[in-house]
Amino acid sequence: MNNLKLIIKREFIARVRNRTFVVMTFLSPLIFVGMISLIAWLATLNNDEVREIAFFDETGSFISDFKSSDQINYIDYSNLTLNNAKDSVVLKNLYGLLYIPKKQSNVELAKSIQFYADEAPNISILNDIEKVIANKLTNQNFEDKGLDLNIIENSKAKVNIQIENFSGEKTSKMSNYVKMIFGGAAGYFLMMFIIIYGNMVMRSVIEEKANRIIEIIISSVKPLQLMMGKILGTSLAGILQFAIWILLGGILLTIATSFFGVDPQPVGVDASMAMQESNQEDIQLILQDILKLPLLTLITSFLIYFIGGYFLYSSIYAAIGAAVDSETDSQQFMLPVILPLMLGIYVGFFSVIENPHGTISTVFSMIPLTSPIVMLMRIPFGVHWWEVLISIMLLIGSIIFITWLAGRIYRVGILMYGKKPTYKELFKWLKY
Amino acid sequence: MTNLLEVRQATKRFGTFTALNNVSIQVPKGSIFGLLGPNGAGKTTLIRIINQITLPDEGTVLLDNELLKPEHIKDIGYLPEERGLYKSMKVGEQALYLAQLKGLSKKEAKERLKYWFDKFEITHWWNKKIQELSKGMAQKVQFIVTVLHRPKLLIFDEPFSGFDPINANVIKDEILQLRDEGSTVIFSTHRMESVEELCDHIALINKSKKILDGKLSDIKRAYKSNTFEVGLSTENTKDLYQTLDEKFKITPADFKTIDDQLKVKITLDQNTSSNDLLSFLSDKAQVMRFNEVIPGVNEIFIKTITDNE
Repeated sequence: MNNLKLIIKREFIARVRNRTFVVMTFLSPLIFVGMISLIAWLATLNNDEVREIAFFDETGSFISDFKSSDQINYIDYSNLTLNNAKDSVVLKNLYGLLYIPKKQSNVELAKSIQFYADEAPNISILNDIEKVIANKLTNQNFEDKGLDLNIIENSKAKVNIQIENFSGEKTSKMSNYVKMIFGGAAGYFLMMFIIIYGNMVMRSVIEEKANRIIEIIISSVKPLQLMMGKILGTSLAGILQFAIWILLGGILLTIATSFFGVDPQPVGVDASMAMQESNQEDIQLILQDILKLPLLTLITSFLIYFIGGYFLYSSIYAAIGAAVDSETDSQQFMLPVILPLMLGIYVGFFSVIENPHGTISTVFSMIPLTSPIVMLMRIPFGVHWWEVLISIMLLIGSIIFITWLAGRIYRVGILMYGKKPTYKELFKWLKY
Repeated sequence: MTNLLEVRQATKRFGTFTALNNVSIQVPKGSIFGLLGPNGAGKTTLIRIINQITLPDEGTVLLDNELLKPEHIKDIGYLPEERGLYKSMKVGEQALYLAQLKGLSKKEAKERLKYWFDKFEITHWWNKKIQELSKGMAQKVQFIVTVLHRPKLLIFDEPFSGFDPINANVIKDEILQLRDEGSTVIFSTHRMESVEELCDHIALINKSKKILDGKLSDIKRAYKSNTFEVGLSTENTKDLYQTLDEKFKITPADFKTIDDQLKVKITLDQNTSSNDLLSFLSDKAQVMRFNEVIPGVNEIFIKTITDNE
């Protein structure tokens, strides 16, 4: 036990003192915040640009419908000939020319409108124009049929379904987003942690092998003890680094937002949310949703799956490190590590969000290599306690099995030099 | 004499390959025991079994008449053949770390390290990193770490590799001193001259089997063939050679002399003593040299292994 403490301490200090580690710890949040600010800034730049679009309207009935906004400036070229209009658009380097020909019927007209431009025009601008024309044509059709537009406008019904559960508590439609964000963040965080610090464990094993200090050490401590010490020491360093990242990133982000007035939220994605959020009542509901999430369950299960998942993977990483002589040789064994991680993330982001309790989500939240990520994403949506229990039992069982397996490979591998092992060879080592 | 270490019929297989086949050795307390054998014979496997790095498939190991158990790690100091240190760690720090792993308290480890660092005059290395030191310098640190916890049993695998002759001598003297202070030493090497110089017991392992073991003097006695190397000064070398050739079994010998001499090796049969030979020779010529030929470890090593193949 005393030796384990010594090993953990040494591993922790060795990681933390490493120059790359120190640089990454303090540079990463800077780069991260810098990138976000840059992207946000570029996005605002793009939006500031005013596009000038000319239109040539033979019907003459749409002129009043094209209203210039701060992004699009409409210019009326209907008094020119079509060819002159085209020439002057090119000459003045305008964004494009909209051509509305005169046709017998509205049906025909709808099909024959054209937009001339050198570059492929922005989809959302085209959508806007289409909407304006379609609106106008629809209204004309109504009038042709002798319908009163005011009556139609007044008879339109607006529906806003109120969501309420069976015990009478109101929730907002945002609650699913809140759950998604909580689950997604937890799963993604776990994956990142496993990849970064699992690799670090592997490198530390390879280093001891390459330095030839390994035999000196395992004449004093059991190989399994050394492996555990490495995993624990590295994870402590990892937790410290993540804590600094979150703290520093938060501070920098706050500074960046207030200084440059940059909105750190990615533009577009949140536009629809932002609209809903503007409603005071909705914001309150979202806060309620967050508070109503089973926070205690979330935190406990996060800790269990985080520790379990990390242990499972990092012992595999340690075994890989022991099997190879250098980091380049380790590539061939990376697939069984990366594949289930990626699978977990993809299942999480596609299947769980679509249907948290569907077959795929349920199965993958049971399989030990993917369960830490997938189950973490499912839990905010409410999972039966017995499902979580089974999943955790399976996870613990496979941790014991995999660590035992990895420990055996580790024990043999650290004393093997100059061999490029194959999977077949690794299997043989299990029996030594 | 009691044995500090006894390995009884140890066998170790790796898959279909038998690394160690029914090997038994006894290492007497206070001796320097040479573990010899060609590359790949199974020496390292045997050493790893003693260090509890690998477990034998069959057989037992007794240290001080007790079955080997995890606590015995503290009683053994091991300097492996493949050895190194953490490159980016400071010398003092990792010496402390390794000493603490062997069960020394930090305070104790510091005191003893200071003693050894002073002895080897390397105190100024304490805050240096291993990557700044030469290979020989690093070896010194490894040696200190091996002996620091004053183990009953010291195992050195090729201890002199990487040392220049001066430092090799320093290490040799330290090993002898540790023996005199009561430690038992197992010594695995290819350098036969250091075996000759240091070991009082040896075991020879070839192709995973032990083919020879015992007290070095006994082995030499068993291997000597009652042969004498003589140098004779006479007027008529040819005649003398002929006389000797008729009476004894002789082979030419080669050693350095100042004058011209007849140099031969004479092998005697059971009925003739060395005194008989000497009186016979002193009648015929002036005896300048009269030496019993005792086989060296090197010859024994080569002879035993080729005989076994």
